[in-house]
Amino acid sequence: MSIEKFNILESTCVPLPVENVDTDQIIPARFLKATSREGFGENLFRDWRYDKDNNPKPDFVLNNSQYSGQILVAGKNFGSGSSREHAAWAIFDYGFGAVVSSFFADIFKNNALNNGLLPVQVTEEFLAKVFEAVKKDAAAKLKIDLKKQEVTLLSTGETCDFEINGYKKTCLLNGYDDIDFLLSKKDKILAFELTQNGS
Amino acid sequence: MEAKTLFDKIWDGHVVDSVENGPDILYIDQHYIHEVTSPQAFTGLENRGIPLFRPDKTLATVDHNIPTQNQHLPIREELSRLQVATLKDNCERHSVKLYGLTHPFNGIVHVIGAELGITQPGMTLVCGDSHTSTHGAFGAIAFGIGTSEVEMVFASQCILQPKPKRMRISINGNLNKGVIAKDIILYIISKISASGATGYFVEYAGDTITSLSMEARMTICNMSIEMGARGGMIAPDEVTFDYINGREFAPQGEAWDQAVENWKKLKTDEGAVFDKELDLKAEDIHPMITYGTNPGMGISVNEAIPALESLPAVEQESFKKSLNYMGFEPGSKLLGHPVDYVFLGSCTNGRIEDFRVFASLVKGKKKADNVTAWLVPGSWQVEKQAREEGLDVILKAAGFELRQPGCSACLAMNDDKVPAGKYAVSTSNRNFEGRQGPGARTLLASPLTAAAAAITGKITNPADLM
Repeated sequence: MSIEKFNILESTCVPLPVENVDTDQIIPARFLKATSREGFGENLFRDWRYDKDNNPKPDFVLNNSQYSGQILVAGKNFGSGSSREHAAWAIFDYGFGAVVSSFFADIFKNNALNNGLLPVQVTEEFLAKVFEAVKKDAAAKLKIDLKKQEVTLLSTGETCDFEINGYKKTCLLNGYDDIDFLLSKKDKILAFELTQNGS
Repeated sequence: MEAKTLFDKIWDGHVVDSVENGPDILYIDQHYIHEVTSPQAFTGLENRGIPLFRPDKTLATVDHNIPTQNQHLPIREELSRLQVATLKDNCERHSVKLYGLTHPFNGIVHVIGAELGITQPGMTLVCGDSHTSTHGAFGAIAFGIGTSEVEMVFASQCILQPKPKRMRISINGNLNKGVIAKDIILYIISKISASGATGYFVEYAGDTITSLSMEARMTICNMSIEMGARGGMIAPDEVTFDYINGREFAPQGEAWDQAVENWKKLKTDEGAVFDKELDLKAEDIHPMITYGTNPGMGISVNEAIPALESLPAVEQESFKKSLNYMGFEPGSKLLGHPVDYVFLGSCTNGRIEDFRVFASLVKGKKKADNVTAWLVPGSWQVEKQAREEGLDVILKAAGFELRQPGCSACLAMNDDKVPAGKYAVSTSNRNFEGRQGPGARTLLASPLTAAAAAITGKITNPADLM
């Protein structure tokens, strides 16, 4: 099996300058009843996006036609709370390929990476500049280069490096799948089990 | 020999292999699953045409998406019914043991794993649920994972995981009146924020911690995730061994003696180095309550909500948004604020001790008329014990009833939803916007503080009623 490859993503952004966006906001629990991975994008940010009568709330960024693109830019500590992978599925299903923030919760970061959604952790200063640039001009673009581990604000040329572990980077660049990798280690796993039973 | 932390001892003992510049391949001793985060993992496994590698190390329960009344009837909502049925089919097809609806061992995954004696010191445990950190109370490495990782464990009994950093939080001294485990963890989170332990695995230590019961320790480890930690743990001791001894799946006879001998070695060595240390005093902790929309936004019940000016400029916007949702003013006091709902339950506070303390406070008093109370045991075994101890009688006399076990209003996937705009004092773990129902306003607190609110109908310091 393989996952979608990620190399360079150049796109306009959707700004969400809110801190501590938890996975209950990204996808509320009442929408976790599906038994497949598809279709969660419809309910992405459901309660911020729609009122109780299911009408779009005009002040929420996803309902603002000025903003579009494949990069979600959010305040620090994005993806905190529940381990629901549905949050990563919803963001990806909606059409985002990367999330830029100054800090990510651990489980969300793993879940995103396991679905070809790139979490790009930048400095507070760079994040503030991106928000400012997008506020000034909704057409401002970011370029995310995974191989170089670098994100560029194209309107000003400013860049910021980001971290990703070498294994995950290789997986994303090549579309490799974790389970294939683990299955290739079956001999070592079986040998490990023998040492445990003997102890 | 190099001095090692408890965390390092267990982690290093479970590394099958390491990837260069990448994660470790960590062997998992016990995998818990439930209906919400497992179906796509089973589908993934079947699409690959491979078997579930170690079904005997996997245990399933239904908890998140089930009603807490009339569980003998078919689940009314179609999608919930289908999700529960899908788990049953998947477990049958892959030979996984399932404690389904109405089974005497059924309950919230983090409650039953411990009460059945399956969770044991020195183990590695995972579950597609962030509150898996609960099991760390036994001196185990336990953490929540996503569904792709559930599939990894199905396929290989291993998980690819970068090793977290280590943090030790030490608490010493005697606890104040009205302060219990939930207050301790809410206090810690309020001190280090909802993201203050991200990237770390936390060991809780100090004489305040070691003086706690197993159930209190579980409450503390349970909410480690609410400060961003991968997990939390407490070194096993006699309290731990006494708790496990005699439980359904605990080792017996010679195997028990051997196990205890091994478990006694599970502690952080003198001189072992942590990446971060935090020391707190028990006497600084008072009954706690949250006022905002993340668990780091907590204060003692007698305190006022922070003033806007006391916060860094960058945080003020989110703070205002949060208080606006809650309907509170910066700088105001919560004491005496009316309460509409009280929820006792969840993997944080759904155990027998939680029902005992709640019952002890409401005994001989009456529930306030303006309060709707949901008392939801964490498992059928908790429910049974509550009845055997006569807690149901005390509760009934005070105007409360026990519901049937499940996650219930903690995440409101079922019908137990707090209506928009209403205030709920809840013993659960998250006060996020809409967590207990769209528009619901959650105030996290201990079972004692919840009981005090249920009796007075407003936010009350439980110490004043004791």
